[in-house]
Amino acid sequence: MANELAISVSGLRKTYTSKANGPKDAVAGIDLEVSRGEIFAILGPNGAGKTTTVEILEGYRDRDGGEVKVLGQDPAKLGRDSWAWRNRIGIVLQSTNDAQDLSVSEIVKHFANYYSNPRDPESVIRDVGLDEKKNARIDTLSGGQRRRLDVALGIIGNPEILFLDEPTTGFDPEARRAFWDLIRNLRDEGTTILLTTHYLDEAEALADRVAVIVNGKIVEISTPENLGGRNTAKARISWLENGQRQEIESDFPAAEVTKLVAKFGGEVPELTLIRPSLEDIYLKMIGQP
Amino acid sequence: MRPGIIKVGFLRGGLEIKQFMRQRESVVFILLFPIMLLFIFGSVFKGDLAPGVTFSQYFVAGMIASGLVNTGFQQLAIMIPIERDFGTLKRLRGTPVSPISYFIGKAILVFVAMVVQVGALMGFGAALFGLDLPSTAERWLRFGWLILLGSICATILGIAFSAVPKNGRGASAVVSPIVIILQFFSGVFFVFTTLPQWMQQFAALFPLKWLTQGMRSVFLPESFAAEEVAKSWEIPQIAIVLLIWTVVGTLLALRTFRWSDK
Repeated sequence: MANELAISVSGLRKTYTSKANGPKDAVAGIDLEVSRGEIFAILGPNGAGKTTTVEILEGYRDRDGGEVKVLGQDPAKLGRDSWAWRNRIGIVLQSTNDAQDLSVSEIVKHFANYYSNPRDPESVIRDVGLDEKKNARIDTLSGGQRRRLDVALGIIGNPEILFLDEPTTGFDPEARRAFWDLIRNLRDEGTTILLTTHYLDEAEALADRVAVIVNGKIVEISTPENLGGRNTAKARISWLENGQRQEIESDFPAAEVTKLVAKFGGEVPELTLIRPSLEDIYLKMIGQP
Repeated sequence: MRPGIIKVGFLRGGLEIKQFMRQRESVVFILLFPIMLLFIFGSVFKGDLAPGVTFSQYFVAGMIASGLVNTGFQQLAIMIPIERDFGTLKRLRGTPVSPISYFIGKAILVFVAMVVQVGALMGFGAALFGLDLPSTAERWLRFGWLILLGSICATILGIAFSAVPKNGRGASAVVSPIVIILQFFSGVFFVFTTLPQWMQQFAALFPLKWLTQGMRSVFLPESFAAEEVAKSWEIPQIAIVLLIWTVVGTLLALRTFRWSDK
């Protein structure tokens, strides 16, 4: 059990057919594996196929091809024991708008009744930072608080895997950081987390590994530090010479700069040295200039 | 150990009632609308249909029966598509909750709302329109099972029909005309025996006509049974029709119920 993969996906395909455009592959052959206890991020632009992929893993959508195992079971073939599988997973969907008339603690306590081994509702409410709001009606919560409630309902069943679909869309920076801490704590308690996001910094801050997905295909799976060969990427050196901007790329930028210093006999006009940022690499991957 | 399906159903029922009570508009609608109708019809049609049978008395039977259709069928067939739009159902789908627990919760909501509605209607009718309440224990008992079976039947048909509207916005336009036509055909607003025969026969296919007749057997004097189409209240037939619709509705609901829009 210890080495068991939490999630394994191979050759996953999903095609949607629209009247206007005919069939389109929303997911066009995806392979990925998520180990237990890992935070795995699926990063990609809007419409890349992130939500479709995750909803297939969550058992919401059927697929047109490929193999999927989540906690050892195929979400499309759960049969009578589907409750036992759902008892072990937690799902935080994209924007929800339900249960407006209930209070935070009413809904969290109620959801605890659905699971065979729930967490303590009071401590879940505290963990997501809604202690002060526990008696507030849900329709009075801010967007960020509402999202924290979604997480509370996602983890109340003490899940082995937590799915988070674009959890921090619309958060202010402070709420975002607090939210990231919450997710890290869950990982530290042993929860496997699969997260989709279109925020690069979110993937970088949280994920052990990142899959970049574009047009339904995985472009790369890597740790955030190594994404796109960032750790070994060439540095760009540029300077001004005879009124013209010059630019070279090099694996050994210090040596190049030394040569330039010798050439100019001191200061090099308008010298800059740039390592590609994760954002540069990401934008190149998803095909943006 | 899996939390019991029926236990979770009752917990859901409690939650549904809590949510319902907090939506003031729907509470007012469910409680006041039948009273308003009784007031309007009771004021317009004065006089007796038969010795000792006022129109109000006849009409209350119809109002209670159609209350079951409004509170069960109509309310759910509109509310469930809205719950789909809001993501309530999608969230539940991601939990171990069984659809059966969800159905039980809805049935409890409908039954409790009906009991409150009927209580208000009978209280108002007795106070202002001289409504006679059921006179024997046997009639009260029949009243009880009619409300219970009627609630379950209307609930399950509402759930089954909730698959028809594409979304919450259009639901009311799809559901309401069906209910209104059935009310006219089933002897709610008019005396059933005065309707054209084809209307009577069409109405006899659906539960509302039978519920209305059953309620008349509770509120009208025994002698009025002779005024019915079949010259009797047809109590066993009422139970059979309601049971058949409940079974058919359950099978349909289990097949067609959608947690989310595809």
